[in-house]
This record gives sequence, structure tokens and C-alpha cells, in this order.
Amino acid sequence: MVPLSWYLVLAALLFSLGIYGVLARANAIGILMALELMLNGVILNIVAFWRYRAPTQVSGQMFAIIVFVVAAAEAAVGLALIISIYRRRGTVVAEDVSLLKW
Amino acid sequence: MSAQQIVFLVTAGVALISAALVVTVRNLIHAGLWLVITLAAVAAIYVQLEADFLAVVQVILYIGAIAILIIFSVMLTRRVMADTGPQRIPQWPLAAVVALLVAGGLAYLLVQVPWPAAPDVDVSDTVLALGEAFVDPNLFVIPFEVATIILLVALIGSISLALPERESD
Repeated sequence: MVPLSWYLVLAALLFSLGIYGVLARANAIGILMALELMLNGVILNIVAFWRYRAPTQVSGQMFAIIVFVVAAAEAAVGLALIISIYRRRGTVVAEDVSLLKW
Repeated sequence: MSAQQIVFLVTAGVALISAALVVTVRNLIHAGLWLVITLAAVAAIYVQLEADFLAVVQVILYIGAIAILIIFSVMLTRRVMADTGPQRIPQWPLAAVVALLVAGGLAYLLVQVPWPAAPDVDVSDTVLALGEAFVDPNLFVIPFEVATIILLVALIGSISLALPERESD
């Protein structure tokens, strides 16, 4: 059987790759992709804990499903925002969208 | 090393390598396709964790909806960045340091804790239990309804955000 720590380390590495992408990408859509990586790391963590700590209860999987729902909503609204910004300002570079920065 | 561990290491390696390519590749369409590979590898890991329903949801929702949505938006906004110009900010080494610190710290902590082994129980019929828990008033009917409202709000919000501006007002 695979030890629990392997799953947790994999989830932590996915999360850190996502952090790097969110911080280093110039393109807003690239940032959203890295965000999906971070969310996947978190869901993997939840599922691993469910399997190893409370496999007879449904609450672990339910938690993961709610995170899935929020991730879907986040992707839809985020991409709509990016497309709206692209229409108005003709750019998807996160640095150029400095409307709220004084 | 058992067969399960070898399968886990192979899928984890695929997931990590393609995830690294997602955040480093210059061409965003290629990054989106690598994202699909990462999500598929994570779905394979859900199968190894015996969370079969979540593996199916991962394929349908993440690969079928979110990844395709991302690739479509890359195409809709493609002309601006094309493949010229920098795809990462000038301060990217700092970002790498932050990511390495988080990864190293978390991994160091996680391997030190003595985690218990997996309990030996049969978890093969979770789909039925999940379906019943979703509509059980004593369990998860309220989170279920809240999730539907979140999805409805996201649907209406993204439509109204992405609509083109009217000329008249």
C-alpha cells in the first residue's frame, strides 16, 4: 500500500508549482491555469485524507465535490472577466490592468 | 516495492512533469494541453485512492469543461501576446524562491509526521452513499442547495460580464 505521505507530498508539489505559475506568469489566462493546478493539489489532499482517515464517511468526498463546484464557478467567472478586460482594453497581461492601482 | 507503489510513482511523475510544463511553456495553447495531461494523471490518482466518482467528475468537469474553456479563451485573446514578448514577469526568480520554500517546507513537515496506514475497509459503493447523503435532510442537503446557487450565480455573472458593451448607453 502506498503511504499517505506520498500523496500529501505530491499534492504539496502540485500546489507549489501552482504558486510559481500564479506569481511568475505574465498572461492572466496562464495565471488561471496555475490556479487550477493549486486547486487540484488541494482536492488531492482532501481525497487522500478521506481514504486514509475516514473512508466509511461520505463527508470527505462531499468536501471535495464542493471544492470542485467552487473551482468550476471560479474558472467561469475568471475567464469571463479576462475576456471582458480584453474587449475593453485590448490586453490580457496582468501588469497592464492597473486601473485600481494609484 | 509493490506494484501499487510503482503505478503511483509513474502517475505522480507524469502529473508533476506536465504541471511543470504548464507553468513554464511559452505557448499558452501548449500549456493548456499539458494542463489536460496533468488533470488526467490526477484522475488516475483518484482511481488509486478508490474515489471512483471523483475520478469521473475530474474527467468530465476539469478536462471536459474547465480545460476546454481555458483553451477557448486563449484562442479568443490570442492576437495580443501571440508567442512573442516575455511570458513571465521579470521578477520570476523571486517567484521560484517562494514556490521552492513552500514546497520544501511542506514536504519536510509531511514526511516527518508518522501517518497511520490506510484502514482496510471496502469503499466500493461510495456513489450510492454519496447520492443518498446529498438529499438527506440530516446530512448535506443544504450544502447541495448552496452549491446549486453558487453555480447559478456564476452562470449569470459570467454571461453578463462577457456580454459586449451596448453602444446606446
